[in-house]
Formats: sequence, C-alpha cells, structure tokens
Amino acid sequence: MAKAPANGSGPLLDIRNLRIEAKVYPPGEAPRTITLVHDVSLTLEKGKVLGLIGESGAGKSTIGLSSMAYGRGGVKITGGEILLNGRDIRKGGTQGIRALRGREVCYVAQSAAAAFNPAHRLMDQVVEASILHGVASRAEAEKRAVALFRKLSLPDPENIGQRFPHQVSGGQLQRVMTAMALCSEPDLIVFDEPTTALDVTTQIDVLAAIKEAIRDTGVAALYISHDLAVVAQVSDEIMVLRHGRLVEWGGTRQIIKEPRQEYTSALVSVHEIEHQEKEPGANPFLSVRNVTAAYGGGTIKVLKNVSVDILPGQTLAVVGESGSGKSTLARAITGLLPPEQGSITFAGRTLSNRLADRSRDDLRELQMIYQMADVAMNPRQTVGTIIGRPLEFYFGMGGKERDARVAELLDKIEMGRGFADRYPAELSGGQKQRVCIARALAAKPRLIICDEVTSALDPLVANGILKLLLGLQAEEGVAYLFITHDLATVKSIADSIAVMYRGEVVRYGPKSEVLKPPFDAYTDLLLSSVPKMEIGWLEKAIGGRRMASAGN
Amino acid sequence: MSNPILKLIAQRIALGLLLLLAVSVLIFAGTQILPGDVAQSILGQSATPQALANLREELGLNDPAIVRYFRWLGGVLTGDLGTALSSRQDIAASIGGRLWNTLFLAFWAAVVSVPLAIILGLLAVRYRNGWIDKTISGLALASTSLPEFFIGYLLVYFFAVKLQWFPGISTVYDGMPFLERMKAIALPATALTLVVLAHMMRMTRAAILNVMQSAYIETAELKGLSPFDIIRKHAFPNAIAPIINVVMLNLAFLIVGVVVIEVIFVYPGMGQYLVDHVAKRDVPVVQAVGLIFAAVYIGLNIVADIAAIVANPRLRHPK
Repeated sequence: MAKAPANGSGPLLDIRNLRIEAKVYPPGEAPRTITLVHDVSLTLEKGKVLGLIGESGAGKSTIGLSSMAYGRGGVKITGGEILLNGRDIRKGGTQGIRALRGREVCYVAQSAAAAFNPAHRLMDQVVEASILHGVASRAEAEKRAVALFRKLSLPDPENIGQRFPHQVSGGQLQRVMTAMALCSEPDLIVFDEPTTALDVTTQIDVLAAIKEAIRDTGVAALYISHDLAVVAQVSDEIMVLRHGRLVEWGGTRQIIKEPRQEYTSALVSVHEIEHQEKEPGANPFLSVRNVTAAYGGGTIKVLKNVSVDILPGQTLAVVGESGSGKSTLARAITGLLPPEQGSITFAGRTLSNRLADRSRDDLRELQMIYQMADVAMNPRQTVGTIIGRPLEFYFGMGGKERDARVAELLDKIEMGRGFADRYPAELSGGQKQRVCIARALAAKPRLIICDEVTSALDPLVANGILKLLLGLQAEEGVAYLFITHDLATVKSIADSIAVMYRGEVVRYGPKSEVLKPPFDAYTDLLLSSVPKMEIGWLEKAIGGRRMASAGN
Repeated sequence: MSNPILKLIAQRIALGLLLLLAVSVLIFAGTQILPGDVAQSILGQSATPQALANLREELGLNDPAIVRYFRWLGGVLTGDLGTALSSRQDIAASIGGRLWNTLFLAFWAAVVSVPLAIILGLLAVRYRNGWIDKTISGLALASTSLPEFFIGYLLVYFFAVKLQWFPGISTVYDGMPFLERMKAIALPATALTLVVLAHMMRMTRAAILNVMQSAYIETAELKGLSPFDIIRKHAFPNAIAPIINVVMLNLAFLIVGVVVIEVIFVYPGMGQYLVDHVAKRDVPVVQAVGLIFAAVYIGLNIVADIAAIVANPRLRHPK
C-alpha cells in the first residue's frame, strides 16, 4: 500500500459537500454555468467497495473522477473538500495531483478498447504508471503485471502483454485494464461501468475477476454502474444518485431489499413488466426458411440454415451475444444482405432476396428501429419532417393532412404536438427513440424490426419504451422482431423466442417453453449470466455453469 | 514483417509506377500540342522549306506520335534524355549536376524545417490557445502568406546587403569546399524553410489535437503523466500518418517548387534550368525535367503511403 494515512484511523476517502459545475454553451443562447453535483458527501474505508448508481446525468462518473481531481471537458470542482489519506487533494497543486494519479488512485474506464493506446504494446501501458511514479523498476513491474494477468485469468499471461490492444478481445482488454490499475498498488480504484459494454456472458467473467482481485489485493474501490444488480455483486455499500444529488446511501442488503426512497424502489423493480404470452397461432405472415447468409463473398458464414416464423401482432425475440448473427438475420429479412440460400415469405408471397428488387409496398410493411436513435435521424431535420417523410413517400400525403397525422403519431408515442418543431439534438435519448418508433409506425407496417432498441438507454427509460411498444402492439396489431442480448427485456416483451449461437438457432419456440428447463448448454449459460438482484448471485452463477462463455 | 503489409506496399509501388507511366504520356502529349514546330524553332524564321524538311526527317518528326513516344520512353528508360535543341548538349549530362544542386539545397532546407515544424507543432499543442500557440501560429502563417520572392528579397536586403553575412548570389561550382557551399545556400535554404514551415507546423498541430480527443489520452492523464509526455508518448505516435503525409508533400515542394527561389538567388539548380529552357521553347528539356519532377513527386508520395502503412499497428501486427 501507498503512504500511511496522515491520521492513522481516518477513512481512505472523505468527500465533503462536493460541488461540481460546468459551463455549457446552448445553441443560440448565452453560455451559462450548470451544477452537475450538488453538495454530495461520502466516505470510504480502506479495502471497502462503494457502489455509485444512477441513470445517465446522475453525476456518478463525475463524482468518481473527482477523487482524482479530474474533470472531463469543461467540468470544474467548485466547492467542498476531497480528502484522500487525510489530506485535501485540491490543495496539492498540479504536481501533487499528478503524483496521486496512477499511484494512490487508478481508473478503469468503461471502454477499455478505446482507453488503451492503439500504438503501444499492452505491457508498456500496464507498467507505465508504476515506473513513472517509481513504485517499481521495469522488471519488477512486468513481473507483477504477469502475476496480475494470471490472477485475472487472462489466457497466456506470460505473453499477452506483448500484444497490441486490437489483438485482444473486449472482455480481455477490460481485465488487462484492471491489471493496469492494480499494477502500481493503489489505495483506491475507480471502476467506471467496467462491464457495461460487454456481452452478458462475458460480463459475468470479468465481474468475477474484478471482485476476486479487489478481495485479494485489499484495494478500496468506487464501483460506478447504472445496473443495480451488477453493483450489488461487488459492493459493500451502495449510494443512489439522481440529477447530481444523493438519493439514498446504505448497505447493499438494505438498498436492494429494503429501499427507503421511492426512486430506489423504482430502480430495484425496474425489470418487472408483466407480459402475458399470446396464443401461438398457425398462420405466420413472415416465414424465414433455411436461410444461409455470408459476408465477404461467401467466405464468412454468419447465418446457417436459419428458420423462424412471426405471427401477426406477436413478438419474436431473437437473443444471443455479439457475433451470434442476430442483426444479420434482420439484414437478411430486410434484403440488405441477400441470403445465399433459403427463402423469406411475407403475407403469402416470396420476397425478393435483394432490396432493390422489392416493391414499395414490401418496403413499407417492414420497418426498422435501431439501437442508436441519434445517428438514425438526420440532425438537420425537425421531428415533424422526420416523421412526415414516410407519410409523403408511401402515401403521398402533404400539407395539413400530413401535419395532422404527424400530430396524431406524436400523441401515440406520448410526446405531444409541440415536439414537431424540435431538432433531434434537443431531445433526450428516450425521446429520440420514441421519434424513431413514430417514424416506423407512420408507414403502417405489419412488422417492425427492433434492433437492440433499448440497449443504449437507462433502465427506467428503456422500461418506458418497452411499455410503449407493447401498448402500440395492442392498438395497431403490429408484429415485432425484437433483437436483444438482454434476457430481462425478452421476458417483458416476447411471445416466442429464438436463441442464436454462432449463426445458428439453437432453441426456438413459445416463450414459456424456451424458458422452461431442461435447457441446452448455451441457453443455460445465457440465462444464468443475467445478473440477479440478490447478494451472492455471482458466486452461485459461476459455480453452476456448464459451459464457458464464447466471447470472453 | 507479415504478408498483408508486404502486399500493400507492393501494390503502392506498382500503382506509383503506373501513375508515372501515365504522367509520361501526358507530358509527351502536352508538349506535342504546344504551338510551333521544333524544326522551325531550331532553324529560325528564315529557314528554307527544304532545310526544314531535311531537319524534320533527321529528327524523326515525320513519324507518327506513338512511335515518337515510345522512342522517347525507350531513351528515358536507358538513361538517354535526348539532346537539348538550343545548346545541342546531352540533357542527361547537363541535368546531372543541377539535380545534385537542387537536392543539396532541398536536403538542408528539409533538415532544418521538418524537425523545427514538428517541435513547434508539439509546443503549440502543449500550450494550445495560449500566447505561445498564438505566437507560433501567427508567425508561421505570416511567413507563409508572404510570397516567396518577397521573403527572398527581404533576406537578401538584410543579410546580404545590410549585414553582409551571406552572399546575395548563391554561386556554387564543382569542388567547392563544403563550408563555402553551406554559406552560399544559407539564404535560399532559409527562404525555403520559411515557406514550408507553417504548413507542416499547422498540420502537426491539427493532427495531434485530433488525437487528443481520444479516450486513451484521458487514461494517460489519469496515470499522472505530464502534459508534454502525454503529447509525445501517447498522441504523437497516433498522429504520425497525417504528419508524414504533409512532410512528404513539402519535401516534394522543396525539390520541384524551388523555381522562384533559384531564380532570385541565381542558384544553378533544376528550376532555373527549366525556366531557361521554357523561354527557349526547348521541348526535350522541358519533357525531361517534367518527368523527373513527376518522378520525385510520385516517389515521395509512395514513401508517405508506405510510412503510413508501417506506422499502423493494426497492419504491422495483424490479429
């Protein structure tokens, strides 16, 4: 451990009345200062883990980074004290702050793939801080790094350091980044959503590795996440934040079992949408038959002999981890990637494989919604123009008729007519996704393909979107092909489920049957990897696994 | 080195050679459509029709253009650039010494300007938006905005006429001692440096600033590295490809774009040679010099492409 605390028994980190502000430059207005964190206080004892939880904009990362006296962009710490090992780090000056970063406090970023320098070998980056701060010689630091690679169950720990970041998978990079943080033996590590960007089956491995490393090295940690179930696995205490203010702070058990605040209860119960499975009918209107598709002129097979059916007004959920072929199935159905073999029949007629050969009505009846709502809209068009476009294109509507229909659609997505004149940049993430839904609905489709539409959203917002989609299905009778890696979402929305693994459908049927044991090995892995809101779930899940995760 | 990178490099070189061939066609075609007749320009306005016809026959001007092109190309490939019409001298022999002079001047201008531009670019990033950055950018832009002949005359006025430190006319000859030679080229090399500095400096600054937005720069900051180390160790290696590109463009300019400077300082290089012979309508010389300039340009751009490929760790170390 680093220097002994100045006052023997005090807490490792003691943040008092922290106030963080930022200058924002709204378009067309004078710049103004907004407050991101309002007088938040926290303490952290040596070797303990405090989870910081909240939705985006809650100030979790901002508070986490304040322990390193760091503000992203124009963010400034304007008030309060940050005591680390008994001294106020803001009084240390630039030199003092630089001396503690990478030495007393280290940081693990959300996307290790972006946080590693692509130009240098992993080992050089892992040992950089230790050498810089004189914690160890290069040889010692490299020895320590190899030991950490081994502890974090990285493959080939002796040589993985010689690789470049692009030669290592996302889950492995996240563990290398944890090793990098541990290498200089800091007193505190800030984990900023370290598993959020990973597949659910990979997340569990990385989570277990991080937890074990924290326990064995005795380092203290701030663990930041928007997923309460994940935080509950590693934290001793949890702090719930909202809009930069403290909502509730307590032991992990108390927060997830006996939340005192309404907002905390909402976070705890977020996944629970009751959805009654519809009767499986006999007449599918979309049938995918033995479809095989490949990229790179047939060299890389991404779909192998896939067959699924979609019933009118029902939802088929397609689940699997990244690379399993879920999105490729959507591309094959829409004609963006013409299948090599197999056929797709829609409303009794066989669809042309190629998009260019399809009739305008075929195009209209199949609409798509994407994960990234903000890049799926033209930033220079108003919401009214965006929703009005399919009305003009498919139905030749114009003028008052179109405006009336746009207003009607805005009502349907629970946004109100005033939004028609706004630009996408003026909407929140959830509102953007609603506009995309309205645009898809405007074409009066029979099927909407939803590709990870809630993955980029905060849990409560995602919940709202799911409820909206279910409501629209009941009203309009539209069917969904719902692509997701999140099994909780599947339970909330699906009538039937197809589980995909490496381009094949490994399990397919009505929801109740697919989710009923006995499971095949992959479905079991997938189901058992979804974090549950209970203490000790992680150890139980890891212990009970029948197959190793594929992505890693 | 692995296979994909060798393949990419081979592709670039093959493309470069193809491009050079295309340029040679263009140069040849361009000089053919110029008004005037080579025989006429050799013999002058008073030549008799018979003498003109004889000379055309002798020079092979009556052959079809395609035959003349391949004859010329064949000569170039075997080192025979033809004979200058005005002086009746072998072009390859006269170019040899002048090309060497031009390369000598370009080399010393590059030795000064490239490291200086990159260091100034790094400094500008380190103190971005501060007074150091603004001073560097301001001075560099000012020196680029001034026409090169004006810079040349300014240098001559101050350092040759007023202070008399360096000669105002850069005479060089064979067997000149090295230091004498360096003294002779001091002013033209300085003028060239001032011309190319700003472009390279601004591009270095922009390329590094672009990289400074990356998440791994934040990682480096949170390791406690000093700002200059962050720029040097973490930003610069990732900005190298665009920097090499702009450096190569400027090196090419130092060789092929020195015409004005060479004329001002009466420096016996390629540029002056070209200007002299354009004035005399000496088509074979213009063709030969044009081809050499094109080869230099294409060659340096191939070097830039290859350097960018080699600088990319994803290509150097495939999965």
